[in-house]
Amino acid sequence: MTIPCIDIQGLHLGLRATRQRPARLLLRGIDLRIAPGEVHALVGESGAGKSMVGRTVLGIAPAGTEVLAGSVRFQGDDWLAKTEAQRRVHLGRDIALIPQDPLTALNPGHTIGAQVSGVLRLHLGHDAAQARARTLKLLDAVQIRSPSLVVGQYPHELSGGMRQRVLIAMAFACKPKLIIADEPTTALDVTVQREVLRLLRDLQRDEGAAVLFITHNLGLVARLCNAVSVIHSGRIVEQGSVRDIIERPRTAYTRALFAATPRYDRPADALRPIDDGVTDALWSDASAYDDAWWAAHG
Amino acid sequence: MTNRLHFQKRVWAGAALLAVVIMCALLAPWIAPHDPLEQDLMAASLPPAWSAGGEAAYLFGTDTLGRDILSRLIYGARPAMIVAFAGATLAALIGTVLGLWAGFHGGAVDAVVSRLVDVWMSFPAVLLSIVLVAVIGTGLGSVVLAIAVIDWTRFCRVVRAETQVQASLDYVTSARTIGQSRGATLWREVLPNVAPLLLTLFTLEMGIAVVIEAILSFVGLSVSSDMPTWGGLVQEGRLYVNQTPWLLGLPIAAIAATVLACNALGDGLRASLDPLLER
Repeated sequence: MTIPCIDIQGLHLGLRATRQRPARLLLRGIDLRIAPGEVHALVGESGAGKSMVGRTVLGIAPAGTEVLAGSVRFQGDDWLAKTEAQRRVHLGRDIALIPQDPLTALNPGHTIGAQVSGVLRLHLGHDAAQARARTLKLLDAVQIRSPSLVVGQYPHELSGGMRQRVLIAMAFACKPKLIIADEPTTALDVTVQREVLRLLRDLQRDEGAAVLFITHNLGLVARLCNAVSVIHSGRIVEQGSVRDIIERPRTAYTRALFAATPRYDRPADALRPIDDGVTDALWSDASAYDDAWWAAHG
Repeated sequence: MTNRLHFQKRVWAGAALLAVVIMCALLAPWIAPHDPLEQDLMAASLPPAWSAGGEAAYLFGTDTLGRDILSRLIYGARPAMIVAFAGATLAALIGTVLGLWAGFHGGAVDAVVSRLVDVWMSFPAVLLSIVLVAVIGTGLGSVVLAIAVIDWTRFCRVVRAETQVQASLDYVTSARTIGQSRGATLWREVLPNVAPLLLTLFTLEMGIAVVIEAILSFVGLSVSSDMPTWGGLVQEGRLYVNQTPWLLGLPIAAIAATVLACNALGDGLRASLDPLLER
């Protein structure tokens, strides 16, 4: 068996206690393994902890959180044991993020060209001319129509879809092994979503990068991904191939999540909220888990 | 979208007035009609040229020793401008470095710097500057140092707050996820977006520096008395305010005009550079 691109085992993320509140768990033993070139969806509702998984890997988990247990191995190496400086070498080069909100993820004070070539110069040691040439190629690859014009423009001069393309270009700039796409289309309108997703899929296939695709939209999963993990209350509820999960969901929560997905071929009143009983059961499981955890690790 | 900034009228007015003062400071030896120290006791206490008894050779009149007021005002712009630029620069440097550090680092560093600023600002500024100059000795360098020591807190507070805002924005997080170091992120991502604010604060600080310099020279703690300063002129004019009111009024007008120019420029820049306050 080949070494997985990223291998997360038993990851527990905790929020440290403050004077106002006791410590609590945000992630309760996440197991997630992504093979090279695989697109793995992490699906869950708001607050399920799906972005926390990506943020922990990227080292941008919110202040006050800490990894309590578990391991993250990137290409076989213990990722969490590395120092911040050692991880920085890989961030942006081998592991790249496509952020959720393209409107705020670009610095308003620098041109597009400066921001894309900044990654190239930082990681590949390109000089200004090399970086510019490669930037133009990258922008062309993400189907931006006039790259030589766009490199001189500032983010506010571009539409949301264009900015997301720029961010995708930045993510793919150094041929990464793993891309963490944190709801990359949530902030875009539906027609632009499709184009951006197609672009993401095509680039992924060409470059052979593994993708952790974080989303709340199950509709996107079937089209794009190989494997799915459904996450709730900081735990993986169900995990398997796309076929298995879509055709034979085993848990009540996954079934409810599917039923709650809006579809064009169904009337709006067919929307079904997830039954409170299902989520309540998951949350009470989680708190029972917490009690046991703190009793053991107090 | 045009790339040009549209500045308000007061920006231009303030800049023009400030430019006049700066030119006076730079070109004093060439544009002053008289030596500011030359005494002419035959022409002592002359009123301005336009009033009864004035002489055309002394546009703004003379003081009790017959020294030309216009020339003394022009030379007085020199210490005022040196102090305004050097003092504001030094204060901005100290305040910005500490503010960026505290705002970006947060935690204990932020707590220590913020408390330091709070305590610092609770001292009366003028008293602090007088004590400081009295201790380290007079001279332009001391005045500059006094201004920096007193007013770095203004920069620090504002820069810290703005850095916190910037640091919480997505593009700063993005910069970290592409593997940029903290220092590089601060320098490349945060500082350029704090810079417009710094420019505004700097101009306002120049006005404050002019006032502090005037106060210190008024109480005789600035440059030596053979170099004319606006505060020194006020001090001299104060004694004869009933006989020769222009000796008091003119240097006060010079101080007020300079401070007004700095404030108009600073305020106008703030309004012009703030995208939310456009016109």
